[in-house]
Amino acid sequence: MNKQVESPKGRIIKSRHVKLGTKNKKGQTFTDVNEMFFEAERTASFLTGSEVIREAIKRASVGMSIAYPITPQSEAAALIGELYAEGYLDDYFRGESEFAVMSQCAGAAFGGMRVFTTTAGPGTLRAMENFSMWAGSRLPIQVCVTMRGVNSPLSIQPDTLELSYLLESGMLLWHAETAQDLYDFILKGFIVAEQPDVHLPIAVCCDGFFVTHTKDTVELTPEDLCLTPYDPYKSPVPCMDMECPPIRMMRDPFVMKSNYISYSTHASWQQEVRAAIERSRKHTAALIGGLIDVENNDRDILIVSSGTAVSQGREAIRLLEEEGIKVGLVKIKTIRPFPHEEVREAVKNAKHIFVPEFNMAGWLAREIKSVINDNDRVICGPQVAGGMTLPSEVIVEEIKKYLGIKVGSLAGRGS
Amino acid sequence: MSFETLRPSPALKEFLPVEYKDLVDHGPYGKNKKVSDMGQFKEVLEEHPMCAGCAMTLFIRLMFIGLPNPEHTIMVGTAGCGRLAISQASVPFIYGNYGDTNAVASGLKRGLELRYPNQFKDVVVAAGDGGLVDIGFQGLMHSWFRHEKFTTIMLDNEVYGNTGGQESGMTNHGKVLKMAPRGKMGEKMDVIGLAKVAKLDYIARVVPTNPARVARTVRRAVLVAREFGATYVQAYTSCNIEYSIPTPEVMKDAFEVENERYGFEEIISDRAKAYLDEIEKKEKQAKKAKK
Repeated sequence: MNKQVESPKGRIIKSRHVKLGTKNKKGQTFTDVNEMFFEAERTASFLTGSEVIREAIKRASVGMSIAYPITPQSEAAALIGELYAEGYLDDYFRGESEFAVMSQCAGAAFGGMRVFTTTAGPGTLRAMENFSMWAGSRLPIQVCVTMRGVNSPLSIQPDTLELSYLLESGMLLWHAETAQDLYDFILKGFIVAEQPDVHLPIAVCCDGFFVTHTKDTVELTPEDLCLTPYDPYKSPVPCMDMECPPIRMMRDPFVMKSNYISYSTHASWQQEVRAAIERSRKHTAALIGGLIDVENNDRDILIVSSGTAVSQGREAIRLLEEEGIKVGLVKIKTIRPFPHEEVREAVKNAKHIFVPEFNMAGWLAREIKSVINDNDRVICGPQVAGGMTLPSEVIVEEIKKYLGIKVGSLAGRGS
Repeated sequence: MSFETLRPSPALKEFLPVEYKDLVDHGPYGKNKKVSDMGQFKEVLEEHPMCAGCAMTLFIRLMFIGLPNPEHTIMVGTAGCGRLAISQASVPFIYGNYGDTNAVASGLKRGLELRYPNQFKDVVVAAGDGGLVDIGFQGLMHSWFRHEKFTTIMLDNEVYGNTGGQESGMTNHGKVLKMAPRGKMGEKMDVIGLAKVAKLDYIARVVPTNPARVARTVRRAVLVAREFGATYVQAYTSCNIEYSIPTPEVMKDAFEVENERYGFEEIISDRAKAYLDEIEKKEKQAKKAKK
């Protein structure tokens, strides 16, 4: 556990699904994920994040998707409905709440389907009970979380607070920075989540609006290639379709037995779910090129972050460079599994580690602090919340202030 | 297909537990066992941790006998007394979250229908009154209005039995129970009425006083759900602990409640009736030919 994993040159065990190489009813060829991403030609397209979700799902051989409206994921969920109408999915409908949607997703996954859904903010929290249940039941459902504010009074604006609620759910959590990340993470996420030694739900998270409602250039894989289908018999627990003996298959908690065996079973199963998250590292590293990206980490000052805060950090680094201040960057791609060793190694020579975040809690800074030595090097921030933007200048100011460099008031600019 | 996968290879059979061999050789899978055969075959439910004299347990045994194809059935339940027994039967059982039964069953049934277009895979929700009409109300109603193709069976003991006797939506007006210290305020919820509003093709209210009728009711509900969509069976399964019914008098109470306010009722749509008549006619003819 917690060992750094070498990226085996972008390859994962090749699919041996019986349908590999055959065509689906839309004429797409079932293709191994390695071939799809590392051999096939890519085409640049200019798309919104919601459209990127549609393009990924079009190529994902998803059996079933269930939708419920909540900003900012509604557009993506509706676009998936259009894919269903066109015949790319076998089933799709609107559930009656996020709790119901996630339960319906569970049912479909128990029955052996590849399942995809989307949610955001209050929807994520409403559905919360399901995420731990999915993980405990080892259902490799993918939920795309387009993160938004969780607050009263109501906010629909971008805010990454909800990811902190998901940290101990037992799901794989990947955090996309860009639309390109989102596209790649959705497709690759299915494959990693469905590996027999992982077989866990995955939340592919992105920052609402910043990613979903802005246009970006995305390199798409060919439209006529799709992922090989999910094979429910590769699950480490029996598929609930009455097709595999023995038939006494209980997925009920042993609450009726209050004894050591019962406690021990529960404890070991929770350990196993967490161990499965760790086992996903090798597959993840192979497919997404490591759990972190590092730029110039030999510098004294580093910005370490995830999601669109990384983009803002990158721009801040450019601005600081103009003034002769050199700053390195660490982009964290997977929050679960958390890249303990990778982060520790990447920041070992840094004197100051800034963690810009789009939330009040500073959960990422807390995660980083918990795994590195001399964690007083971590400066939690700048943090913005409630839909506030995080201008690169704010990051620049934070760093300069910390270095004792005099800065003008940002609020006074333009006056 | 699955029925074949249940059969052990002859070379390995001797190593299997006797319960498993019994289920394959003398169980109800593929054999259409009847209530009158009880005692002469291996039931899918044998051991359970239910209270002595529990009427719900009797109902659950009969419910399992009523399943037309237990070898192709998946049960869905939630927290409550019922699942303590249902989860120990030799039919797969899904326990998801509190009050999610009908949402899980919706996804499950649709998924199985897509994966097995030429084979009926029956999904049956069996959950308590609280699980279905309190915490699970939204999912229950929506699955009905969507006419999802599975059966919902309410084990109506008119109380939260498993958590120690709290009032539920199905408790009668005025009844003093935990969390209703001045007596239940509203009326017992008319779920049969709600099922009628949702235009279900098969609705039944039953008390386990007539075992053959319980099995027949469940069987009909499951058969109709395959063809036409959601079906509902509401069963009075008294809680002798929380309602202080002396164990020897549990059946007496069942007869009394049946006579007073819980009489057998079957509401079948015309198309479901024609469909059931056809099946039952064929079965009678086959039985006759056998004789």
